[in-house]
Amino acid sequence: MAFQSDEMARAYWKENLTIMGSLLAIWFVVSYVCGILLVDQLNAIRLGGFKLGFWFAQQGAIYVFVALIFVYVAKMNALDKKYGVEEE
Amino acid sequence: MDIQTWTFILVGLSFSLYIGIAIWARAASTGEFYVAGKGVHPVANGMATAADWMSAASFISMAGIISFIGYDGGVYLMGWTGGYVLLALCLAPYLRKFGKFTVPDFIGDRYYSQTARMVAVFCAIFVSFTYVAGQMRGVGVVFSRFLEVDINLGVIIGMAIVFFYAVMGGMKGITYTQVAQYCVLIFAFLVPAIFTSLAVTGNVFPQIGFGSTVTDGSGMYLLDKVDGLSQELGFNQYTDGSKSTVDVFFICAALMVGTAGLPHVIIRFFTVPRVKDARISAGYALIFIAILYTTAPAVAAFARVNMIESINGPEMKGVPAEQAPGWIDNWSKTGLVKWEDKNGDGRMFYSGDDRNEMSINRDIIVLASPELAQLPNWVVALLAAGGLAAALSTAAGLLLVISTSISHDLLKKGFKPDMTDKQELLAARCAAVLAVICAGYLGINPPGFVAQVVAFAFGLAASSFFPAIILGIFYKKMNKEGAIAGMLAGILFTSAYIIYFKFINPAANVPANWWFGISPEGIGTLGMLVNFVVSIAVNKVTAEVPQDVQDLVESIRFPKGAGDAHDH
Repeated sequence: MAFQSDEMARAYWKENLTIMGSLLAIWFVVSYVCGILLVDQLNAIRLGGFKLGFWFAQQGAIYVFVALIFVYVAKMNALDKKYGVEEE
Repeated sequence: MDIQTWTFILVGLSFSLYIGIAIWARAASTGEFYVAGKGVHPVANGMATAADWMSAASFISMAGIISFIGYDGGVYLMGWTGGYVLLALCLAPYLRKFGKFTVPDFIGDRYYSQTARMVAVFCAIFVSFTYVAGQMRGVGVVFSRFLEVDINLGVIIGMAIVFFYAVMGGMKGITYTQVAQYCVLIFAFLVPAIFTSLAVTGNVFPQIGFGSTVTDGSGMYLLDKVDGLSQELGFNQYTDGSKSTVDVFFICAALMVGTAGLPHVIIRFFTVPRVKDARISAGYALIFIAILYTTAPAVAAFARVNMIESINGPEMKGVPAEQAPGWIDNWSKTGLVKWEDKNGDGRMFYSGDDRNEMSINRDIIVLASPELAQLPNWVVALLAAGGLAAALSTAAGLLLVISTSISHDLLKKGFKPDMTDKQELLAARCAAVLAVICAGYLGINPPGFVAQVVAFAFGLAASSFFPAIILGIFYKKMNKEGAIAGMLAGILFTSAYIIYFKFINPAANVPANWWFGISPEGIGTLGMLVNFVVSIAVNKVTAEVPQDVQDLVESIRFPKGAGDAHDH
C-alpha cells in the first residue's frame, strides 16, 4: 500500500474528485452553457467584432479547455506530493 | 515554377523525411511496437497525438463545413477539443497507471471476463476500420488533384508509405513520424491562414483577425460583414445557428465523449513513461490541436467573404463568366465547382435563394483558400503536403490499433496465449500488412456510405467504451455482468437508431421523426446514458465484484509505482 493508512487513501481520492469535479463544472459552463444553451442571450453582448456567445462556441471554449488541463496537472502534482504518492 | 513542380518537391521532401525516421526508429520488441517502449517525451507525445487525431477531415473538410454553416460548425470545434479535457481528467492518468497495451486489455482485466474483452476488440476494430477508409480516400483525393495521377494510384502510393513505417516501426516508428507530420501539417495550415488574415483584416493572427475590421475601408467588422452578406443573399445568418439547441447539445456531447472513447486516441497515453506525463501530454496535445482548431473558424470566415466577393463581385451583381477568378477554372475541372447560367446573363451569381447559379463542394474551401486569397504557388503545394501528412498520420495510428487488436487482444489474450514475444511481434506485423491492404481496398472501392459511418464511429465509441472505462475507474463495485450488459445495450441502441435513419429509411431522417429532436449524429450521447443506466441496474441485481479486482481499481487511482507496471 502506497498510502500510510486507509483514511489517507480515502482523503486523497476525495480531494482528487473535488478537483476533477470543479474543473469539469467549468468545462461544462464554457462549452454547453455559454456556447450552446445561453448563446442567444450572450450574443447580445459584444467582444470587439465578436458576439460573445458565438465567440465562446468557436474560440473561447477551446482556450479555456487548454487552461483547464494545465490547472489540473499542477493541482494533481501538488496533491500527489502532499500524500506522498508521486512518482520518483 | 508551377503548382505541380512545387507539389512534387514538397511532398517528395516530406515523404523522404518520414521514411528516414521510420528506418531510424525500427521496433525490436512488442513493447516498442505497441507502446514505443513507454519512453516518449510528453511534448513529442503531445505532437504525435495531435497529428494522430487531426485527420484529413480536420485538415481539409472542417473549415469548409464551418464556412458553409457558420455558428453550427462550433459543435465540431468544441466537440473535438473538449473531449481532451475528459481524457486528461477522467481517463488518461488511470489507464496509464493500469499499465497495459490496449483498451480491450483494460476492459478484459477490469471486468475479469473474456466476453467483455471480445466485445471491446470488436468495437475497436470496427471503429478503426470505419475511420481508416476515409483517410485512405483523403490521400487519394489530394494526390489526384495536385499530382494529377489517377486517384487509385494515389491510394496505392499512400498505402506503400504507411506500410513502410507502420509495419517496420510499430508505435515507435509511428510516433516519431507523427511528430514530423504534425510540424508539416500545422505549418501548411498556418501559412495560408496568416497571409489571408493579413490580406482581409491586416491582422497577422487569424484568431484576432477573425474579430477585427476588414481592410476595404468600410470600417466594418468581418463577422458583421459576413452576416450582412448572408442576409442579403438569403443564407442563414453566419453567427446564428439553424439546428435546434437540443440537437447541437447532443451532437457536441457525442463528439466529445466519442473522442475520449476512441481507441487510437486513448492508446497514445500508454506510450509515456509516467502517470504525470500522461496528464501533461493531454495538455500538450490539446495545445497543438487548438492551434489548428482556433485558426480553422477564422479561415472559414475569411474564405466565406473571399468566395462571395470573387463570385458576385464588389457590386454584388455577379462577375461575367469570362472574367471568372482562376480558382473557379481550376476547380471546375475537378467537377467540385459548377456554374449554370440560369438567368442567361453570362454572369455568375452565388446566393442562398433561387437566384443561385453555383454549386460548390465544401471540401475545396481549405485547398482553394490560397487561390482565393491569390497567394503564390508554393503555398498551394504546401497545403497538399499538409493534407497528406494529416491523412497519413491518422491512418498509421488507426492501422496500429487494428494490428494490435488482432495480434495482442485476439491472439495472445484470446486464442493463442502461449505465443512468445517474437511470434507476437511477427503476428502484429502480419496483421498490420493485412490492415493496410484492407484499408487500401476500402480507399479504392469506397463503400458509398463513408460519410454516414463517421457518425457511427463516434456514436459507438461514446456508447460503448466510454461508460465502461469511466465506471471501471470511478465505480469500484461495477461488475462484469453490468459492464457487458451496458456496452451491448449502448451499442445496440445507438446502431439501431443510426442504421434506421441512415440506411433503412433515409427519407425519414428529418427533425420531426427524431426522438427528442436528436439527430443520428447526436444519438451517441443518449446511447451513453442508456449504457450507464443499464450497467448500474444490472450491477445491482448480480454478483459482487471479486476483492482482487477491487484492489486493482484501488491501485490505479494514485500514480506511485507506475513504472513497474508492465505486460503481466
